Amino acid sequence: MRLNVENIRNDFPLLQQRVNNQPLVYLDNGATTQKPNIVIDRIRELYARHNSSVHRGVHWLSQQITDEYEEARAIVRNFIGAEHSHEIVFTSGTTGSINAVAFSFGEKFVREGDEVILSGMEHHANIVPWQMLGERKGIQLKVIPIDDQGDLVPGALEKLITSRTRILAITHVSNALGTINPVKEIIKTAHAANVPVLVDGAQAVQHGHVDVSDLDCDFYVFSGHKIYGPNGIGVLYGKEKWLEAIPPYQGGGDMVDKVTFEKTTYNQLPFKFEAGTTNYIGAIAMAEALKYLEQVGLDPIAEYEKELLGYATDRLEESGDIRIIGKAKKKISILSFLIRGIHQYDAGMILDKMGIAVRTGTHCAQPVMDRYGIDGTLRASLAFYNTKEEIERLIDGLKRVKEMLG
Amino acid sequence: MNINQIQEEIIEEFSLFEDWMDKYNHLIELSKDLPAIHEKYKTNEYLISGCQSKVWLHAELKDGKVIFSADSDAIITKGIVALLVRVLSGREPKEILNHEFYFIDRIGLKENLSPTRSNGLLAMVKQMKLYALAYHAREKNEY
Repeated sequence: MRLNVENIRNDFPLLQQRVNNQPLVYLDNGATTQKPNIVIDRIRELYARHNSSVHRGVHWLSQQITDEYEEARAIVRNFIGAEHSHEIVFTSGTTGSINAVAFSFGEKFVREGDEVILSGMEHHANIVPWQMLGERKGIQLKVIPIDDQGDLVPGALEKLITSRTRILAITHVSNALGTINPVKEIIKTAHAANVPVLVDGAQAVQHGHVDVSDLDCDFYVFSGHKIYGPNGIGVLYGKEKWLEAIPPYQGGGDMVDKVTFEKTTYNQLPFKFEAGTTNYIGAIAMAEALKYLEQVGLDPIAEYEKELLGYATDRLEESGDIRIIGKAKKKISILSFLIRGIHQYDAGMILDKMGIAVRTGTHCAQPVMDRYGIDGTLRASLAFYNTKEEIERLIDGLKRVKEMLG
Repeated sequence: MNINQIQEEIIEEFSLFEDWMDKYNHLIELSKDLPAIHEKYKTNEYLISGCQSKVWLHAELKDGKVIFSADSDAIITKGIVALLVRVLSGREPKEILNHEFYFIDRIGLKENLSPTRSNGLLAMVKQMKLYALAYHAREKNEY
C-alpha cells in the first residue's frame, strides 16, 4: 500500500504555513516532529472536557481520565510489543527515562570499579547520565567505536565486555548519522555475558515497527514529541524483573503504598516509578499519535521514507561538493552532510530565509563530530509527510547557498 | 563619528536592502573586508565558543583606545563580527561602557544575538564590554 502523502500533509496544520514568504519545508524531524490534528484536537478535548487528576478521586471525571490514562499505557504496550502494561512507565521523555535507569539501576547494581558500555554514536542524553553515575560510584565508561561509514566496528563489543560490565546502553538509531544499529544481535551478545541492555529508541520508533519482546532488550526508551505526539512525555519500558528489582528514582504521591514517618513502602509497578501528578494529558495524546501511525501503517511509512532517503541521497550526491557524513549499510531517513568550503551555519541561515528548516551543528552528539574531525553538519531529517518536491527545494536552496558563498 | 553616528550609518546602509538575501550578501561582503586577525590570536585562548559557529576576539589598548580584532569560521557570523568591530574598535573604554548597541536589533539581525543561537556573537558583545571594563578600571588605577 502506498501512502497518500497529499492527504497526510493535510493532517498536519503546521506544514501548511509559509515561512519567510515561502511554503515551509520542514526537514528537522530528528529534532521534533509536527503534530497531526487528531493529537492537537485530543489535547484540547481533554482539557475542555475530561481534565482531572489520575489515580486520585472517587468522582466520575477522575475515574474517566484514569481509565484513559491506563488505556494509553496499554496502547504503548501494544505499539512496542511489551509483555505487560505495567512494564510501561511514563516519563518526561527519552532523557528522563535514561536518567531514571542510570540512577535506579546504578543505585542497585553498580559498584566502584564496575563498567558501563556505550557506543561512539550516542546522543548526549545517553552519555551524560552514565558519566554522572560514574562520578557518584567511580565507574569506567567503555565505548564501542564507529567506522568511517558510520557503522559500529564489528566484533568490538565482545572485546569490551568484562566481568565488571554492568549494563550496555546503546542507541537503536543514530540521530547524527542515521545508522540503524543491529540491536538484536548486540543484545544477544550482551546477554550471553549476562549484561543487560538499554536501547535508546528516540530516533527509531517513529520510522518502523519496534518489538521489544523480539529484541529481548531489558530497557527501551523513547519520546512522545519525536513520534508526532506532545512534548514533555516519554516512555520507559523495562522488563518486569528489572523494574521490580530497581528502586524508584523519585519519591512523592501515587508511588507509595503506605507512608509513615518511620518507613514507606512503595506502590506496585508501574506506579512506583510515577511519583507526583504525571503528564496524563501528554500520555493520552501520545497514544493518539501512536494510533494515528498504526492507522497510516508503519510498514508503508518505512517503505516511503526509505524511498525518500534514496532519492535525497542521490540528489545530494549529484549536486556536487557535498560530503555525506554517515553512509551506514542500514539507515533511516536522516542526512547529515557538509558542503565543500562552506560553513554549515551559513548554509542553514540562508536555507532558513528560503523557508527551509534544517538543523546545523553537532546535534547533541559531539563525540560523533570529533570522530569525523568536523565541527558539525547540516542535517536534513525526513518524515513520511515530506515529499520529493521538498527535497528539490532543498537542492535548489543549496545551489543558492553555493552561489552566495562559493 | 561617535558610536551612535556609526550605528545610525549602519542602520541606513541596511535600509537599502529589500530582502534577506541582499542583507546576507552585504554581510558576506563585509566579512571579506574585515581586517584579518593575527594568526597567533586564532587560538583557543581567544576563542569565544558557540556550538554553531566560532568567534575569535583579541583586544588591546593603544593610546587610550581599545583596538579589537576578530574573526569567525562562519561567513555570515563574520559579517556581523565586522559590524561590531566597526562600531566598537578604536573607542575609549568609557565610550564602549556607556553605549547600548541597538543597531543589531534595528537592522533585523536580533535573532543572531539570541542566547539560544549559540553562535558566539552574544558572548562576543559581552566579552567586548568586559575588555572595556577591565581597561577602564586599569586607567582609573593609573591616575
